[in-house]
Amino acid sequence: MSFLVLYGEEYEEIKRILLQLKEETNSRIALIVEKNGQPIAFIGEVDGVDTTSLGSLVAGNVAATEGLARLLGEQGFSLIFDEGERENLHMTLIASKFILAVLFDKKTSLGLVRLRAKNAANRLEKVFKRLEEKMEQDKEKMGEGESPFEDISEEDIENLFK
Amino acid sequence: MALLNPRQKELICKIVYYGPGLGGKTTNLKYIFEHTSPMSRGELVTLNTQGDRTLYFDVLPLNLGTIKGYKIRFQLYTVPGQVFYSESRKIILRGVDGVVFVADSQQERMDANIESLEDLQENLRQYDYSFANLPYVLQLNKRDLPNIVPAEEMKKILVLKGEPVVEAVAIRGIGVMETLKEVSKLVLLKLKKEMK
Repeated sequence: MSFLVLYGEEYEEIKRILLQLKEETNSRIALIVEKNGQPIAFIGEVDGVDTTSLGSLVAGNVAATEGLARLLGEQGFSLIFDEGERENLHMTLIASKFILAVLFDKKTSLGLVRLRAKNAANRLEKVFKRLEEKMEQDKEKMGEGESPFEDISEEDIENLFK
Repeated sequence: MALLNPRQKELICKIVYYGPGLGGKTTNLKYIFEHTSPMSRGELVTLNTQGDRTLYFDVLPLNLGTIKGYKIRFQLYTVPGQVFYSESRKIILRGVDGVVFVADSQQERMDANIESLEDLQENLRQYDYSFANLPYVLQLNKRDLPNIVPAEEMKKILVLKGEPVVEAVAIRGIGVMETLKEVSKLVLLKLKKEMK
């Protein structure tokens, strides 16, 4: 299947875990992106932040680091840390398919972010596993009703460009 | 891999602009960026070398509008065209929902077009993606230049599966939106089929 459905129940749980992580670490933004760059959920001070671009760049960063790992004969790097003058970015890989990223400043410490992110990643891994199982069992339904695109027409698509 | 979020009522798809170096992939994205309302798009992020060539990728988030109450959001990526950035191209292709191949119409670039097209197919094979089922559009760019190969001749060489072909002058915006429309149509109709 070439699409991923974020069912409502799991989506809310992902957001709850992100919110808890953000609050426990006193960080600015916690986000999840799929490894291919698709943004899944963002929590925190996202006003004025281009979250889609942030997600794409996080995914690009992780992908480049993975390439580097392969080149060095490593299986992969499970976490990546970028340190700035004001902002820092901590990225953790979840189940080799998703990335948990935490943006934080001087109000917190790397140690705390690292510890809490690891706990959150373990919980998120279970949610994503459940999501995949649900998709397998429930290929026909889209979680909250029938497929929204069942009866789209070429005209609907043409209208997007008018 | 498209992402469907019923709670947020949105669908997000990934489109990759592929093709030889200096063929006009970034120019396509720049035109779309400059001619779309800021409400309908995010920032155009470019990761360039000092010489202004694409080093890793460009990405432009675009909100196309709504269908059946769902917000349709596309992420447009370009790959670096230069031959030696093969690994980066492979990374960007991961999870792709549709590809636009931007071919350079100049006679001296035909070999580069063919080489890039073979590279695309090889990279798709490595991910076990089926080129036959991939929403795919061929754009013949730079049609305003004097030393170009006739469109019919280019089609004979580059068309691989009866895909839509758009003649373009991306720098002046000619054919850019039409290309995007064609690939959007193919991506959404494929998803419609898969979600049934």
